[in-house]
Amino acid sequence: MSEMTKVTYRIRRFDPTKDASPHFETYTIPYTPGLTVLDGLWRVKELLAPDLSWRSSCRMGVCGSCGMLVNGMARLACNTQISELGTDQLVLAPLPNFDIIRDLVPDLMPMIAAHQDLHPYLVREDVAERESPTGEFFQSPHELEQYLQFSYCIKCACCMAACPTVASDPVYAGPMPLGQAHRYNSDTRDGGFALRREVLADERGPWRCHFAGECSRVCPKGVDPAKAIQLLKRQLVLDIFHLRQQKCPAELAPKPKDINRRDGIPEAPKPSV
Amino acid sequence: MNDVKHRPNRLGIWGWVGGGRWGMERYLYALHRVTGLGILSYFLLHIIVTSSRAFSPQAWDRAMGMVTGPLFKLGEYLVFVAFAFHAVNGIRLALVELGFAVGEPIEPVYPYRTSVDVQRPLALGALALALVLVALGTVSMWIID
Amino acid sequence: MMRDQKLWTWHIIAGAVILVFLGLHMLTMHMEGVIKIGSLNPASARSEARGGEEIHPTSWPNVRARGVRTLYMASYILLLGAALFHGLYGLNNIIREANPAKWVQKAVTVVLLLVGVGLFVFGTWAAIAARAVARAAVPGL
Repeated sequence: MSEMTKVTYRIRRFDPTKDASPHFETYTIPYTPGLTVLDGLWRVKELLAPDLSWRSSCRMGVCGSCGMLVNGMARLACNTQISELGTDQLVLAPLPNFDIIRDLVPDLMPMIAAHQDLHPYLVREDVAERESPTGEFFQSPHELEQYLQFSYCIKCACCMAACPTVASDPVYAGPMPLGQAHRYNSDTRDGGFALRREVLADERGPWRCHFAGECSRVCPKGVDPAKAIQLLKRQLVLDIFHLRQQKCPAELAPKPKDINRRDGIPEAPKPSV
Repeated sequence: MNDVKHRPNRLGIWGWVGGGRWGMERYLYALHRVTGLGILSYFLLHIIVTSSRAFSPQAWDRAMGMVTGPLFKLGEYLVFVAFAFHAVNGIRLALVELGFAVGEPIEPVYPYRTSVDVQRPLALGALALALVLVALGTVSMWIID
Repeated sequence: MMRDQKLWTWHIIAGAVILVFLGLHMLTMHMEGVIKIGSLNPASARSEARGGEEIHPTSWPNVRARGVRTLYMASYILLLGAALFHGLYGLNNIIREANPAKWVQKAVTVVLLLVGVGLFVFGTWAAIAARAVARAAVPGL
């Protein structure tokens, strides 16, 4: 691809105020080595299509905004080098399985709602400690490793777009909410398994995952939601037989006693949040 | 944003056969469904046909007489092939979906080695075993008769 | 109402049961050309031992020889229940995932439940009645 001087963007566009249905528009821009799909989109908007819409923010693969279908595969536009696609013909479409708001902008609210239903936060009985923390919770590096991989999720929705079950079934929660449910279930600081089980035990749960593995293949952060979902199923099956190891929510590490501030070191400012 | 009409964009059942770049496991998932439906349709009729042995030996012989012929033999062979695949892939799915063959949670380092990569040898082994069973069945059903 | 968490677990267990028993069934019916196990086709084994003609696994002498035994009857009933549950629950799942209207989903679940229970009752009766028929019939071989 060293001779590539131009790249063609074929973009699925839809303006709800003007169009009856989505249609493709083609734009050709000059190519320079190192151009990402997102860089190219900005060029298209700058030179050829000022009203083209999409979501993007950090342009470095950490915010999860720019998920879209690039040459048939759900990817982050900022994380995808045009040269790695092996062609100068790009076909861009909004992420499937979500309603289109406009052009390349999907409506991710159903995924967010499913995520919220699964209580994606630490659930503990000691609410006072949760709201106004006074110290740290004990957690070993091994316990951290059990959920750390799944905590890297940036909610880009690429996994939801790739999942064959999400394609046809709006009730199924999807790889992202279920992966995050497992992230919190396997966090030793959390005591909310029974609360999440209310949702997970029925048709919104992981039972409609049949391990096509597409979610893990497209995840840009290596979160591996497929692994999280299978581990989640294992926990739920063990739970039926009452064999699930109930790790008590991690205890508060006691503050060391009889510690005096060294001379000359000022107090920290009061927290403002 | 709330008063603008959004355009539905779900893939529907076509998403079962498309939607991302296909991996081997996606094909296996689709094939598992197809073979399962094939075996189920055969099975429901099979219950009725084989219940004839509850009436008399003559009823049994009559029922067996009805299901002979090359078309039926081919149908039974296809059911056998479907079962060989469905059973072996089912073992793989049971292992994977109970969390046994997916690997431990790890610190993801690019290029990522996902659970799909970890269970890939198992999937290939399962396919190989299914092929061996189909070969044995083919020899037994068509060559030895 | 049993929830998916329980039903799916039973689905896997039923799959394991089917693996064993349907595997034996396939060995009996379709693979005896390459793998001969005498107790699966008793009439064939006896005929072969006497140097007699080959008897097909589905012919009456073999069916009778198997049907007479309580162990076979129980195995068939177990296989019938496991396979009906596994297959019909799988079909129910496929239909639910295709996202038809709620009333269609409920109707399909009810119909499949009735079909499953009905065929199970019928098949269990047939297995028990077949044992009586086998016991009353002339051994033949």
